[in-house]
Order: sequence, then C-alpha cells, then structure tokens
Amino acid sequence: MTDPILKFEHFGFQYDAQAEPTLYDINFTVARGEKILIAGPSGCGKSTLAHCINGLIPYSYKGESTGRVTIYDKEIKKMSLFDISRTVGTVLQDSDGQFIGLTVAEDIAFALENDVVTEPDLHQRVLRAAKAVNIQDFLKHAPSELSGGQKQRVALAGVMVEDVDILLFDEPLANLDPATGKQAIDLIDQLHKETGAAVVIIEHRLEDVLYRHVDRVVLMGSGRIISDGSPDELLSSNSLVEYGIREPLYITALKYAGVTITPDMTPWNIDTIKLDDSQKQKVRAWFEGQVSPSREQFGDVLFHANEIQFSYGNKRKALNNITAKIHKGEFLAIAGTNGAGKSTFAKVICGFENPQKGTMTFDGIDLKTLSIKERADHIGYVMQNPNQMISKIMIYDEVALGLRTRGVAEDEIKERVEEALKICGLWPFRNWPVSALSYGQKKRVTIASILVLKPEIMILDEPTAGQDYRHYTEIMDFLTELNSLGITVIVITHDMHLMLEYSRRALVFSDGKIIANADAASILTDQEVIRNANLKETSLYHLANLCGIADGTAFVRRFIHYERECVRP
Amino acid sequence: MINIFNYIDRESPIHRLTGATKLVCLIFLTLAAMTTYDTRLLVALPLVSIALFAISGIKLKDVSFMLAFTMVFMVLNNVLVFLFAPQHGVELYGTKHVLLVLTSRYTITAEQLFYHLNLVLKYLCTIPVVLLFVSTTNPSEFAASLNRIGIKYSIAYSVALALRYIPDIQQEYHEISQAQQARGIEMSKKENIVKRLKSASAILIPLILSSMDRIETISNAMELRGFGKNKKRTWYMGRRFRAADILAMVSSILVFALALYLNFRNGSRFWNPFG
Repeated sequence: MTDPILKFEHFGFQYDAQAEPTLYDINFTVARGEKILIAGPSGCGKSTLAHCINGLIPYSYKGESTGRVTIYDKEIKKMSLFDISRTVGTVLQDSDGQFIGLTVAEDIAFALENDVVTEPDLHQRVLRAAKAVNIQDFLKHAPSELSGGQKQRVALAGVMVEDVDILLFDEPLANLDPATGKQAIDLIDQLHKETGAAVVIIEHRLEDVLYRHVDRVVLMGSGRIISDGSPDELLSSNSLVEYGIREPLYITALKYAGVTITPDMTPWNIDTIKLDDSQKQKVRAWFEGQVSPSREQFGDVLFHANEIQFSYGNKRKALNNITAKIHKGEFLAIAGTNGAGKSTFAKVICGFENPQKGTMTFDGIDLKTLSIKERADHIGYVMQNPNQMISKIMIYDEVALGLRTRGVAEDEIKERVEEALKICGLWPFRNWPVSALSYGQKKRVTIASILVLKPEIMILDEPTAGQDYRHYTEIMDFLTELNSLGITVIVITHDMHLMLEYSRRALVFSDGKIIANADAASILTDQEVIRNANLKETSLYHLANLCGIADGTAFVRRFIHYERECVRP
Repeated sequence: MINIFNYIDRESPIHRLTGATKLVCLIFLTLAAMTTYDTRLLVALPLVSIALFAISGIKLKDVSFMLAFTMVFMVLNNVLVFLFAPQHGVELYGTKHVLLVLTSRYTITAEQLFYHLNLVLKYLCTIPVVLLFVSTTNPSEFAASLNRIGIKYSIAYSVALALRYIPDIQQEYHEISQAQQARGIEMSKKENIVKRLKSASAILIPLILSSMDRIETISNAMELRGFGKNKKRTWYMGRRFRAADILAMVSSILVFALALYLNFRNGSRFWNPFG
C-alpha cells in the first residue's frame, strides 16, 4: 500500500512513574485504507501504543520518548491533541464510560459541537453518522436504555462524524457478548470498505477479529513488535503460543491432529482454510483415536431454586419461572446476553433481591429464613471489578474484613486469613498494600476475602473480563483448583472459551428464562440455543464438518477432554 | 429520558422556552413571592402559576410525588409556626381578633390565621413554578442556554455531565453496598454512629476508586473528541432566545418589581386588612 498516514520510527516510550520503558524500538506504518490488528498479551505495551497513536501520549500521560511518530510527515510532538484527533478517531474499550452525552444524538454531536459546527449542518451530520452505524431510530435514547452493542455503535458514530482518516479501536470486543462481537467486527469491516479510512484494532481475541479479513497483524510482546505480517503467516508460525495469545481453536485442533499449518492454506478464517484429503484424514484419525469423556457424575443437590419469579419495579419479568439445581462440587457456567437474567439470578441467590414468587433451598434450609449476611456464610459472591470490593489499604485487612464483622476471635482470623492467602497465592504479598497489586492479583484478593468465609458455593461475575489469555488461564486454573478442593464454583460469563474449557455444565439464560441446561459442547453446537442466547458457534464444529466428521458435538467434547487431560496439567 | 431532572418531554409553549429563561423566571417569581406578604399579589401569583401549569401540558400525576412531598413540608411549616409562635400574627398586624380560645397561649386569632394564609399562598406561588422548571427543562438544553447567557461552557457542560453520570453512580453504589453487606457490613440504623461511619467507608472507598477510573475514561474520551479545543462551542440541543423568552423574562422581572413597589407603598412587607 502507498501513502503512509502514520509512521513510527525507532520509537520508544517510558512513563514518568515507571523504572523501565514500556515500548522499545517501534517501527511500523499505517497506510491509507489499511486494516491492521495489533495483538499481544496484557502488559505488552499495546495500550500504550494506542495512546501514542491517538495522542493521549504525550498530552495526557507524561513520559520520556525516543525516536519519531509522524502523521502525514508532521511530528506528533509538534501537533496538539486536537490536531491529532482530526486524523485519528478513537473508540475506547469502555463503551459506557465514553458515552458523554445525555442522549445518543448529543453524544454523536459532541465532537462537532466542540468544532463549533452550526445548524443546520450539525443536525444533518449527526443523522448521517447515525445512519452509517444504523442507530438512527434511537437518537433520543439515554445510555441506560441501550445495549452494549448499541453503545459501541454510538461511540463509533461519534468519531466517524468527524471524517477521520484512521479509526482506532481499543479492545472493541471486551464488553460484548459473542454474537454482538461478531456484528461489531462486521460493522467495522463494512465501514472500512465504505469510508476508505484505515482501521487499527487492538485486541487479544484473535479468532473473533479474524471473523473478517485484516491486512496485517502486528504481534507485540514485552514492549516490542515481534512480527508484522499477514494473518496467514502469523498463524503458520508458533509466535502466538509463545507470547500467550489464544490461537483460533480450529488451528489448535489441527495442530493436535498433526497438521502443519502453512500460509498457502489461507488459514486465517475457518471458511477460507484449505485442507487436502490427507490433512482431513489426519483430523478424522485424531478424532477416532481420542476416548470419549465419560458422562459427568454430579454430586448431591446443594441448592435448589423452584419456580422463581422476579421483576424490578413494575417492569417485565427479569426472572420468569426459574427452576434450577446446583450440585455439590460442580463447576457451573451461567451464560446469556446482558439483561437475560443471569446476574439477577445470582443476586436473588445471594439475597440482594427478593423474588416475588418461588422458593429456594440450600442444603435443605429455606433461604428465605437467612439474611444477606447469613447466606454469605454459605454462598460467596465476587463482583466483576475488584475495585468495587476493595475498601482496605492492606491486603491482610481486606481479607480479614468479613471475619471481623462476624466477630471471630483475632487468633482464628489470623489462621484463616493466612490459609486463604496461601490458597490464593498471595502469601508473599501478605504485608503489602492493595494498591501495589496488578489487576489479576487484586482479583485474587477479592476471591480470598470471600474464600475466608468458607462458603460452599462461590459465584463469580465475569471473572475474566478484560483479561488476556495468560491471566485468563491463571484465574481459571485457580478456580479449577478451588473447585477440586470441593467448593462449588458458579461463573457468570459470556466468554465461550471459558464455558467450553472449564465448566462441566452450563445454564443458558434468555429473556428471563433458562433455555438450555447441558454441557458446554452441546450448547455451543446447538443452533437454536446459539441464536436465542446471542452465543456463537465454536469453530471446532465447523472444522469437524469440514473434515467430514458427522458428530460435531462429540468432536468438540473430545477436543476439550484432550486439552483437560493431556495438554494443561 | 433521564428521570433525575424529572424532565417530561411534551410539546408546549413552556417547553419551547429556553432553560435559562425558565431559570430567570423561576428566580424572579420566587423572589417576588419571598419578599412580599401582600395578599393581593399572593393570591394572583398562584393563579398565574396554575395557568402556566395548564399550558405546559404537565399532568398532576406526573409530578404527584414531588407535589405531595412539598405539601408535607408546607403543612409541617405551618404547624411549627403555630406551635412556636401562636401570636405572631397579632405582633405583625397590631390588632387582636380572638376567634377561639384553646388555652391562654394557644388562642386562635384572625390575625394569626391570616398570617398562615399568607404562608400557604407563598408555597402555592413557588411550588408550581419549581415543578414546572424541573419538568419542562431538558438538562442538555439547560446547559446550552446557561452557556448562552455567558457562563463558561466548561462549567455549563459539567451540569449536563453530572446529570449523565449520577444514575450510573447510584447504580454502582447500590451494587457495592449489596456486596459489602454480604461480607457483613451492617447498614441498618441499629448500629452506633462510629460503626455506621466505618460501614459507609467500606462502600465509599470502592465507589471513589472506581469513580476515579471512570473520570479518567471520561476525560480521555472528551479530550479525544476535542473538548476544550475552541473558546466557543455549539450545542446540539441549544435554542435561540426568541421573543417569547424575552417576554417571559421581562414579565417575571416586572412581577418582582411590583412586589417591591407594594412593599414600599404598604410601608412594610405586610398588607394589613385589620387596621
């Protein structure tokens, strides 16, 4: 491609507050009309790189830089943040937080207002941008009335309204359910074609972005660019695994089957990948060589919800006749879109909300007779964002909080806190302040602070949201470990990998009802459930079809089993 | 639409006035009702307010909660005045027409009842105007019109921004408080004040920390979209001042002037029918 818009030359950057540089010797260009994916694990510097592209570095985050960044041959240092934002439009990760206006129309208009665009231009341009992302019927809606996907479309319209040359997306899939994520990638692709703007996507969910074509994937690791080339080349190498990025599942399956991936197979997407007969034969042979996992044996019923009805105020039913059992020691996933009722169900279990109808028992006890605090002795709840739970300065005090409010003797507190810290791998940090910990470690602190109450069931709301594959694996392996200690783990999630790999059973919510109750492999291959619950079919199923394996669900099941038994331990 | 401002989107001449106009009218009409005890004006003003209410298309049931809330205040106010100063009317008007003797302290006089009538009328002047203001003013348009009357746009915008994020923060407060209650933080009034302060910190600290993250996101998002780039900005929801706006503002200032004039002519804030 010709005509570079943005150019990094031997660029390095070090934040003022940090001892080591975050970026080293970055060289890359973005040309007109290109579509680029920047992938890399958390802490690899990809967010910092995004800040350098949109000008937040050096204008909002201070630090020392080396080398040059230029936009149309003009050095960024000599431009203002506002000049840069005319060329680069950024859609931030948090589509709710970046919604500034009181309504959709005002939010889209925001950049134009700041540019002193007057009527009737202002209204016309807002309408045009809204139409481009198909949100024109919601112009008067407040953010609280929109879904996550709609908010993201508003954010997109809000930057497109300025006719920028580069659209930068910072982790666009982080807060979306699988089906909405797919639509988002589709929309980005469509806008890329229509506007001719260059698109830069920063994301670690490689397979989901590669649902549509990208020209180049820039892989980052520890502050450097590891590779910069076509997705086909990248998938044919081993760098992804090396740098802690999740390979597309079908690629992993092919590798297990002993198929060598090469660029001329066009492996970037399951629909484009070309497999010859001998390769398909290898996959079939691998499938037949795997044992089918034995049927899951569940323990005694620990929790039983019977015909639960619940609604907020006088609105529609948030929970409509929910009947469910939770077994002792199981690892359960609860899936569904935002507003489907999965979080409400958790809140009802914990006693935060009281159902209008129905009964719940825990170990034979009627839950109605227990207060929130008493229920918490049996059922622990961990919120999505650890910052929403932590209220103490020191780790030890944070973990001890629940015991202190229960009036436990200080000796016993010490013993139990220390045990919880050891289980959670926080023992070395026991005398540290919470603020010194990373996000993942804080998450562990919040888990420890619930674990210390020795609940039989732990409910975790989106435990891996915003985590890259390595941290994700760390958290999930840790939860598996807790599970093996006999604690029943319930994970609320819309992450399909999580459902597939870790849960033994999944409940799928849609519109206040449970529409499926089965193992993840059967759910993620069931077209109807997938459609109703905004899930996405796993690519493993397509691979099975492609290779002529009739029972795709069995293929998925054996793949997961193989990973659990042979790859991970 | 957002409910915090209680804005009710209808089509009416009152809705078409700019927010700044309505604020100016609110201020001067309230000042007028506050400064004078001239009953003639105090009878006329509620009639005007109620007429405005009818024009606005806002139904009583739309504002029933706030109406009931302020009515309780009005009753409470009157009861307290009578309990603590049962002869205040006599002092003010200088005569004593006894209507009914309850005890020697609590003697009901015509003067006292007249004074209470004035108090009630003052409430009846102000309540409809305040309710009208909050239910017919679109917060964004209000911010825009504040900017138009000369308030810096960064300050005017912060009004709209606060309204945008208050519901989010309320929601977050609710969620944090639930999770902390599960850990045994007691929120009930049974606890003593020290414990309750400690409990509050268990919710406020996480709330503040997560709000800081939120503020960082917002300010980045605003800067990236050019907030603060120019000395001026336009407003999507902005409206021009029209003849009706000028008329409304001038009328409300005239009412205030009338109140001052009456005070001057009566020789005090009180209009005395007894003397």
